[in-house]
Amino acid sequence: MSGQDPAEAFRVEAGELLDTTEQALLDLTHQLGSRDLIDTVFRGMHTLKGSGAMFGFDALAAFTHHCESAFDRVRKGQVRATAELVAVTLSAMDHMRALVDGQGEQLEAESAAILARLQAAIVTDSEASGEGDGTVELDQPCAANPWQVHFRLPVEAMANGINPLILIDELRDLGATRVVALTQSIPALNALDPMQCHVAWHVELPGDVAREAIEDVFIFVMDEMELNIDQQAQAALAEPDVTGATAIADPDLAAPAQAALVAAETAGNRPAKAVGESVRVPAERLDLLMDRVGELVIVQSRLAQLACGGFSGPAGELALRSISEEVERLANELRDTMMVLRMVPIAALFGRFRRLVHDLARETGKTIDLITDGESTEIDKTVSERLADPIVHLIRNACDHGLETEEERLATGKSAAGQIRLSAQQTGGEVLITIADDGRGISRERVRAKAEANGLVQPGQVLSDSELLQLIFEPGFSTAAQVTSLSGRGVGMDVVKRTIEGLRGQIDMTSEPGKGSVITLRIPLTLAIIDGLLVRVGSGNYVIPLSAVEECLELSLEDDIRSRGRSMIQLRERLVPFLRLRELFGTGTRPDAFQKIVVITTGGQQVGLVVDQIIGSHQTVIKSMSSLHRSIPSFSGATILGDGGVALILDVVQLVALGQSHEERLRAAG
Amino acid sequence: MTSILTVDDSVSIRMAIRIALSGAGHDVAEAADGAEGLAKARDAKFDLIITDLNMPNMNGLEMIREIRKLPIQAGTPIIFLTTESDDAMKQEAKAAGATGWLVKPFVADHLLKVTRKVLGG
Repeated sequence: MSGQDPAEAFRVEAGELLDTTEQALLDLTHQLGSRDLIDTVFRGMHTLKGSGAMFGFDALAAFTHHCESAFDRVRKGQVRATAELVAVTLSAMDHMRALVDGQGEQLEAESAAILARLQAAIVTDSEASGEGDGTVELDQPCAANPWQVHFRLPVEAMANGINPLILIDELRDLGATRVVALTQSIPALNALDPMQCHVAWHVELPGDVAREAIEDVFIFVMDEMELNIDQQAQAALAEPDVTGATAIADPDLAAPAQAALVAAETAGNRPAKAVGESVRVPAERLDLLMDRVGELVIVQSRLAQLACGGFSGPAGELALRSISEEVERLANELRDTMMVLRMVPIAALFGRFRRLVHDLARETGKTIDLITDGESTEIDKTVSERLADPIVHLIRNACDHGLETEEERLATGKSAAGQIRLSAQQTGGEVLITIADDGRGISRERVRAKAEANGLVQPGQVLSDSELLQLIFEPGFSTAAQVTSLSGRGVGMDVVKRTIEGLRGQIDMTSEPGKGSVITLRIPLTLAIIDGLLVRVGSGNYVIPLSAVEECLELSLEDDIRSRGRSMIQLRERLVPFLRLRELFGTGTRPDAFQKIVVITTGGQQVGLVVDQIIGSHQTVIKSMSSLHRSIPSFSGATILGDGGVALILDVVQLVALGQSHEERLRAAG
Repeated sequence: MTSILTVDDSVSIRMAIRIALSGAGHDVAEAADGAEGLAKARDAKFDLIITDLNMPNMNGLEMIREIRKLPIQAGTPIIFLTTESDDAMKQEAKAAGATGWLVKPFVADHLLKVTRKVLGG
């Protein structure tokens, strides 16, 4: 939350504005005639242009101006909205993004190229519809007659805080070429009140300035003033007794000079890309945080009072205990409030994919409908950003490999349009994101053949269906028969899986041949704090993420002895492999008399962890491991306990994999 | 450095205004209602006053009328906060001597734009 730098705030706002405008454009592809959507697009560009110019993003303002005028014509019914126009405008939006970020090297060449395409999209359409005059231009600089603006402010304007000089400066910024003060109405000196305004002005402005822009200058005084805006050829400017005419510049000379200025600024004024990221926080959440901090200050003063007054006896102890409880409650609430500050609705993330699917549909020639659901689900901003790439990859895969071509679909009795369903939902401390397609599903035979060819499985090895599907996430696996431009960009599903696991999330896949595939991502709400189960093994404390814990049971002595050989325990009707953490970590201590098993689950697989003692649930603030220890498997981080001791956080995914491989080794041994 | 007085009974609005304006390099003073605003306007010359209209202890209209009588604030621009729909209120505030208005809800950009509009530069 930097909030102190307006240019940075503009960047954030421009990003949002571009997003909403893009959404409107995408909606527009489905209903080309919608006035509302056209208005939304126009307004978005109008705001972007205006604010951009305000914060020194001149190249952006200049570029956006052309897109804005194109949509202005659409709005006025002079040009029809076409799929081509929308497509060009979408690429223009990308370009605007680059301009907002101030990145890219050949931005100007690109600007020109996009504007040329934009112009082409407009010209062909107006010719086809027969409305245009055949030589439509985006913008006609100086083609129209100059504006003649005549205005007189109300007499009390200055007393009410209007400064005429500022208004004239604003008109100059619009490109005023001539400003003439008309001084006839000024009373004699002895009757003159210096706070009254008696001067009228006549201003000549270039014809390409929008009438609204001129009116905007006078917005605060419009109702009370005399204002005459005219576009006739040379109106009555040359009054005989005019003095003090101020010629600013010849418009023909000004144009190239301004262009050069814009060019110079784009070259020199390119801000660094990686500016400190910021989060938009609704005010009521800040208020809540403020409340909590206020309460904390009160408790702190109570504690200070107690410390100064010296506390003794049961009364003092009671007071201290009540303060301690209060602090505990506040710490919890502060933590929750703080976490909520970082939460953003997932809608923004999903919004990006509509564009992706639109582009993919164009590229592949398929008709693809994207259906989204649960967009109001909130998720940590960092998590949301880091999810973008993996989901892009999954959607690419679904569009490219999952969905069939139109003919194939019709041949199998499906609707012509393929469907990608993207949904999000919160369950407990996790967000569930599913990416489902109604395509051809995954061919087990091809997965198997591929895995055997890559040496991932032995020919003839028996695999369950879920194990077979898991192979897709193995490094170096790719089912695409041929690498296309869409998927197969060298990033495999293994990278997706690693990214998701890096977020402490899980990825699962189900697929039904002929019906489609569903990929489910389970992502923790936040990265910083988890609910953990604190356990003791030997003399060390460890934290197991509570979301992975399925149940805790006792390992009876008989079970322990009986299971010696195989390390399996009967859990209802299933055999679950377990790991003796004491042996795994080489604690060298004797086991406790009553050992416990914590059954954890991930990716549909279970494993039991034998521990000496279960201490209880623990709010775990995750600290990353030092670079020395980071490479040790089985641990995903560390945390500091209330007594100052350190507990390592167990890496559930690694441990389950370890348990399963133990089981397989034992099974192979017979 | 320009000095700006913001008068509003809402702490968060005052805060939003202060953050936006001090971020742009202005010096911002605050008052929680019309009476306090008028008292501050009597004490020191401001370059701009931004005020809400609906406030306890003297509303914005009254405060604007009183401030316009103060020689120390001669010609000081006064911007009031209003909602898009409330045209009658707009006219009344203009008649009371306000310079311009800012439509709620506003973002920092709008505020800075309006500020620049009346202060120039």
